[in-house]
Amino acid sequence: MVPTSWYLALSAVLFAIGAVGVLVRRNIIVVFMAIELMLNAVNLTFVAFARQLGTIDGQVIVFFVMTVAAAEAAVGLAIIIAAFRNRPTVNADELAVLRW
Amino acid sequence: MWADAAIAAVKSLVMLLLALNLTVLLLWVERKGSALIQDRIGANRANIFGGILPFNLGIVNTLIADPIKMFTKEDVIPAGADKLLHFFGPFLAVFPVLVTFAAVPFGDVLVIGGREINLQVAELNVGILYVLAMSGLSVYGVVLGGWATNSRWSLLGAIRGSAQMISYEIAMGLGLIGAILVFGTLDLQAIARAQGATIWGVIPAWGIIYQPLGFLIFLVAGIAETKRVPFDLPEGESELTSGYFTEYSGSKQATYMMSDFAEIVVVSALATTLFFGAWQVPYLARDGFHFPGGFALALPQVVVVVMQVASFVLKVLILCCFQILVRWSLPRYRYDQLMDLGWKTLLPLALANVLITAIVIVLAG
Amino acid sequence: MGSVTFFLLATALVVSALTVVVHPNPVKSAMALVATLFLLAVEFVFLGAHMIAALQVIVYAGAIMVLFLFVIMLLNLSDEEAEARRRGRALFRIGAWIGGGVLAAELAALFLRVPFPAPAAPPAGYGGAESVATALFVDYALPFELTSILLLIAVIGTVVLAQRRAS
Repeated sequence: MVPTSWYLALSAVLFAIGAVGVLVRRNIIVVFMAIELMLNAVNLTFVAFARQLGTIDGQVIVFFVMTVAAAEAAVGLAIIIAAFRNRPTVNADELAVLRW
Repeated sequence: MWADAAIAAVKSLVMLLLALNLTVLLLWVERKGSALIQDRIGANRANIFGGILPFNLGIVNTLIADPIKMFTKEDVIPAGADKLLHFFGPFLAVFPVLVTFAAVPFGDVLVIGGREINLQVAELNVGILYVLAMSGLSVYGVVLGGWATNSRWSLLGAIRGSAQMISYEIAMGLGLIGAILVFGTLDLQAIARAQGATIWGVIPAWGIIYQPLGFLIFLVAGIAETKRVPFDLPEGESELTSGYFTEYSGSKQATYMMSDFAEIVVVSALATTLFFGAWQVPYLARDGFHFPGGFALALPQVVVVVMQVASFVLKVLILCCFQILVRWSLPRYRYDQLMDLGWKTLLPLALANVLITAIVIVLAG
Repeated sequence: MGSVTFFLLATALVVSALTVVVHPNPVKSAMALVATLFLLAVEFVFLGAHMIAALQVIVYAGAIMVLFLFVIMLLNLSDEEAEARRRGRALFRIGAWIGGGVLAAELAALFLRVPFPAPAAPPAGYGGAESVATALFVDYALPFELTSILLLIAVIGTVVLAQRRAS
């Protein structure tokens, strides 16, 4: 049986990749996808710990994370489309109208 | 150990051949059936032993000549296409459809030499969810195939397809929830077994008796998922040439067509499993017939299993033919009508169905 | 699952996750993310979370990512990032990659040092529909209802954002 720590290490690597993606990418949709990647890395941790502790709670939390991610994706993509209508770009640097 | 692996392999092979043969058979039913409906002669260009029969059934034409032609045609990749995704598109369309069959039971238990073999490829306790997951993945073949060819028609077809399939998936899933509530399980084999009972000792307790509305919603949403007339807007021959697979030719286009027909078989197999008693033959138990009124007829176990598998295939075929009948009878919806039907008719109906089913189950204890 | 299977899966996961982050074409990025999510579902199956694995494919791969692809195609995005990349920021990018690498190495080293006892064999039906549903509708009933309100708010918000204002 694969030890829990390996799963945690894997999820740490995936999380770091997602975090780097948020930092280096400028396409706002890709940034969004990198955030989803980070959420999923955390889901892996939850499920691994659920097995480690022999309880189901970790899996239930994953269910909630998925629900929040779905809501977030719907609203986030609607915002991107609304922003695109005003300024035809998805480059995060150019969507800086509200910045002083 | 090895025996188990061998049994699993044989079961997978049987199911795969069953699915593929039904798919190919549908090709013939579609060609000749549509000719029958439209009072045409239909495919009759190729034949062997010509003259033995006074008429040409078109079997050689549709099942041998046309596939050979398709698979030997040149594979054209349009300029500006994304070669990798253009290549993967047909596979992504056909793979999720074929793996869906793994969860569908095609018979009860077969006993060979004291070993009980469950006639289902994968015994999943989340069977229905697995099926929904795989049918959700089949949208990628449409979306990527349409996008990768770098053609306007294909892209429009892909966008239409993704919106349509996502919309009807919701209605489809909610339509199934009524049946899940009634049977109290997600395991398709358990659902199949539960339908062997009878109501008042006479009526077979098939899902359609409990869930007529659920069946209707599932069937409509299922036909929409197969992207065929009256829901064929992603292909939309008169407006988008062929929609998402306009720029595909040869064996890749054949693969797309095959995935369409395989989807028809999937929808029929699921409808059979959930609403038409799966492999159940009315009054047939593991040891033979038990008719109402006390009359019984003992049968050997192998005969029972063969009858069950035959009953499953027959029901699936009837539902497949019904879908082809629908395809050649109805005109195409407009896109706003399609969305209205999905979101404003099927979804509220499915929700009401779930609510009423739940209330009845609670009241009936 | 054996350690060989784990390393194969882990390698595939890391490669596809890296593809999400580095590929200049948003559609390819999205497809790499679909592959990542699917592989994670496979990991969930190996961890005994069958229900969650099925939900992962239905919700993430089957719905959320289709939405992403739909938006990318609707806006008809191409490799427009190549141009943005040329405008400096090279130092920042290198720094981000180094920082991410350090973060991953630190966390992984930390986790690998923790001596977790081998997990006990899970009870029958662990991770199936029944066990998850029992936890969800009994122990977590209130959070569950709250998420339904969250989804309702998201639906309303999306409709408000998406509708064209008559002007």
